[in-house]
Amino acid sequence: MAIADITQRPINDDLDRVPDFGRAPSGSDIEANLTGIWETAPGWRGWLSTVDHKTIGLRYIVTAFLFLLIGGIEALIMRVQLAGPDLTLLTPEQYSQLFTMHGVTMIFLYALPILSGFSNYLWPLLLGSRDMAFPRLNALSYWIFLFAGIFMYVSFPLGQAPNAGWFNYVPFSGPIYNTGPNIDVFALGMVLLGISTTVGSVNFVVTLFRMRAPGMTINRVPILVWGTLTASVANLLAIPAISLAFFLLWLDRQFGTHFFDVANDGKPLLWQHLFWIFGHPWVYAIVLPAMGIVSDALPTFCRRPLVGYTAVALATMATMLIGFEVWIHHMFATGLPAVALSIFGAASMVISIPSAVAVFAWIATIWLGRPVFKTPFLFFAGFVILFVIGGMSGVMTAAVPLDWQLNDTYFIVAHLHYVLLGINVFPVVGGIYYWFPKFTGRMMSERIGKWSFWVMFTGFNVGFFPMHLAGLLGMPRRIYTYSSRMGWDGVNMITSVGSFLFALGVLIFLVNVVISLKRGALAGPNPWDAATLEWTTSSPPPAYNFAVIPTVASRHPLWEDRLEEDSGDNRARSNFTEGYLLTKGRETIGTSPIDAKPVAILKMPDDSYTPFFSGLFLSLLFAGLLLHWWSFTAGMAIAGGITLIIWMWPQKALVQRIAAGRGP
Amino acid sequence: MSEAGQLSQRQPLPVGSAGKLSTGWWGILALIVTEASLFGYLLFAYFYLASQTEQSWPPEGLPALLVPTVNTAILLASSAGVWAAERYVRQGRRQSSIAGLVAAIALGSSFVVIQLLEWRDKSYGITSDLYGSLYFTITGFHMCHVVIGLGILMLLLVWTLLGYFDGRRHAAITIGGAYWHFVDIVWLFVFSALYVSPYLIK
Ligand code: HEM
Repeated sequence: MAIADITQRPINDDLDRVPDFGRAPSGSDIEANLTGIWETAPGWRGWLSTVDHKTIGLRYIVTAFLFLLIGGIEALIMRVQLAGPDLTLLTPEQYSQLFTMHGVTMIFLYALPILSGFSNYLWPLLLGSRDMAFPRLNALSYWIFLFAGIFMYVSFPLGQAPNAGWFNYVPFSGPIYNTGPNIDVFALGMVLLGISTTVGSVNFVVTLFRMRAPGMTINRVPILVWGTLTASVANLLAIPAISLAFFLLWLDRQFGTHFFDVANDGKPLLWQHLFWIFGHPWVYAIVLPAMGIVSDALPTFCRRPLVGYTAVALATMATMLIGFEVWIHHMFATGLPAVALSIFGAASMVISIPSAVAVFAWIATIWLGRPVFKTPFLFFAGFVILFVIGGMSGVMTAAVPLDWQLNDTYFIVAHLHYVLLGINVFPVVGGIYYWFPKFTGRMMSERIGKWSFWVMFTGFNVGFFPMHLAGLLGMPRRIYTYSSRMGWDGVNMITSVGSFLFALGVLIFLVNVVISLKRGALAGPNPWDAATLEWTTSSPPPAYNFAVIPTVASRHPLWEDRLEEDSGDNRARSNFTEGYLLTKGRETIGTSPIDAKPVAILKMPDDSYTPFFSGLFLSLLFAGLLLHWWSFTAGMAIAGGITLIIWMWPQKALVQRIAAGRGP
Repeated sequence: MSEAGQLSQRQPLPVGSAGKLSTGWWGILALIVTEASLFGYLLFAYFYLASQTEQSWPPEGLPALLVPTVNTAILLASSAGVWAAERYVRQGRRQSSIAGLVAAIALGSSFVVIQLLEWRDKSYGITSDLYGSLYFTITGFHMCHVVIGLGILMLLLVWTLLGYFDGRRHAAITIGGAYWHFVDIVWLFVFSALYVSPYLIK
């Protein structure tokens, strides 16, 4: 119907236009013009107001990595305490706060945000667009993430950090057993962070359906995009569960409602349900995009396309679908009916099938390709190995009887670190090695890179494999010390040594980053000879990403000369030199969801302060709630509301309202 | 030159926020999905706790239906006002569109007032028992949405009065309207759970 409408109307007014089509060779006026339109103002103004997805993506990556380091330091302190029996470096309460903050930091402030960083930076470049669908929302989601991270740490220096574990079970986290501000900080911080994640997810979902280059049909998008899309959809459905749970807990604690209050018929199990309805999809949300990184980058080093693209894309979505059904498996030990346990136990086993599909696809890709052993390849190959080990211990705990035995022992700690470090940290570090040239224009050092990999990989296995044994020997998790009569001294010492070795590997990586930023070899647009669109732009890419919007004809636009994968029509070629120019203000092309036909010229917003201030006022509002400063809270609500109204006010530049003088 | 490029390059394309082709329309749909899940979890909590309790449910006896039913009708009627406002603006009839928005705001505000009276008349509060906690939290959540929705409708009204929209450019009304329809439809679920279901499940 939209199409029919268009043809009847006069064209080339301000509401309809035939977009300019042509070339923009480097150094042309068009390029200079685009730079003027898209570039962010220098100085603090630009710093606060930028909506460039590349800047925001890098901010996400750097901030999340800082949280990884903070969480890592917390872990090392714990490992010092546990290195030998009966040590007294930490009090029990300090130990509780440390493992809680470690878990919270790693799971919520590192693992997903870092992947959002990659996706924010890469999506528009991978998809051939000039920005995300909602650039200002993107900035907002970063600012709230940053503020929420700070928020969750405010009580740490006071010695009153959250202390009930990252899943924060009631009644221990309820008002009776936990009277300080510890849990309130956690609860409100999580609701705040949930807002950030939600707006970020909305942005990803809409971007995928709207912002792909013409010709990038749904079966040609990179796997990273599938991973982040799946994670984002899951977040939209799952985040409300956790935000609600934390909000209800806060009500219970501050206002005396009875949701989890056993004495008045409230049910602690409600917490567990709401938490794991969210928690399990979340675990996949923090691994699927990382698996996407591997699926996209590994083939570059195998010099061949990924084996089984369709299978991997479908497996990604299937994993999440099943992921929603298995939340109960975290509650095997809570006394649910046996039938329920069997069903969910079976589902938990089934989930290993799509994972296995992906693993075999990667192995086949390495097997059938001609691997080039660069640093990123090592990290991706290491990831595959760790994934297999983590998967095995996962299947073991999906067996209900075994879970009863191993629940709350170090076996679980080992499993969760194999999964999280293996599937998240290794691909992330590998991904940084891989895209560093695109981010900065310089290569990272290969020599230091290999060192960092081998030290990390060795340290990790030395540190975490023995934890399985500690678990089988019966060592419970979350204990601040143990007696040497238990026979756990050896494994713990090895674990602590390995942890520090791993940390040393991370340090070597950081040194590499710093050195390469200054002295790395210049990269050029496509240093790895890779296949996807981001490598057609200069390194780093210009503010507008693509001077002409590319037209895509296959899954591997840069390898088309080598591959004849479009067997039906061999003449179809992607085109990066000729395409839509779109130079009347910030513009990009909007395409249809499935077959990526151009349907609209999208007007993109200018840089703006509104995201920063909305984020700030919202965060202050939460601070007001925490401190019970009600009039302050109300003031912030009003300030935030006004900021949003300014943000939403229809702008002529965006053609959101009619030009003056036209029509009644 | 690929097929997609050739086909399209000669065709005029709509520019910017063109109704359901606008990015904002997709954004509001995504937002509605996540908001709907939020209410889903609220009602899950309600039914879960209701099914686990040993006392009679609701503890104060069955809720009176007359006022809430009338109020539900009022809220649904306001949706019709927004719907009409959007139709009229599309036909270029600004005055009628304004009338539709004003009616919707009036009806929405009446809903708020009646609901506040309903709250005042309850013999229990948010802290008196589990049911009170659930009742006031769930209806409170919904009330927040109505108030925000009313704010949006008022903005739309202002913008319409300022003459920002015409038959071809009015995505803001389509988008804001979708949010209001969501707020109304979700009330049907809240209403069914809190008021009707106690009659059906004893
Ligand atoms: C140098 C690297 C790391 C070391 C040495 C380490 C060590 C530890 C230790 C000692 C514990 C406490 C176990 C207990 O007492 O129950 C723990 C818990 C945990 N770790 Fe790590 N960890 C590291 C990295 C990570 C990473 C990268 C993640 C996630 C991405 C992570 C996620 C967790 C989680 C979720 C917990 C559970 C917290 C809880 O019980 O509430 N860790 N880790």
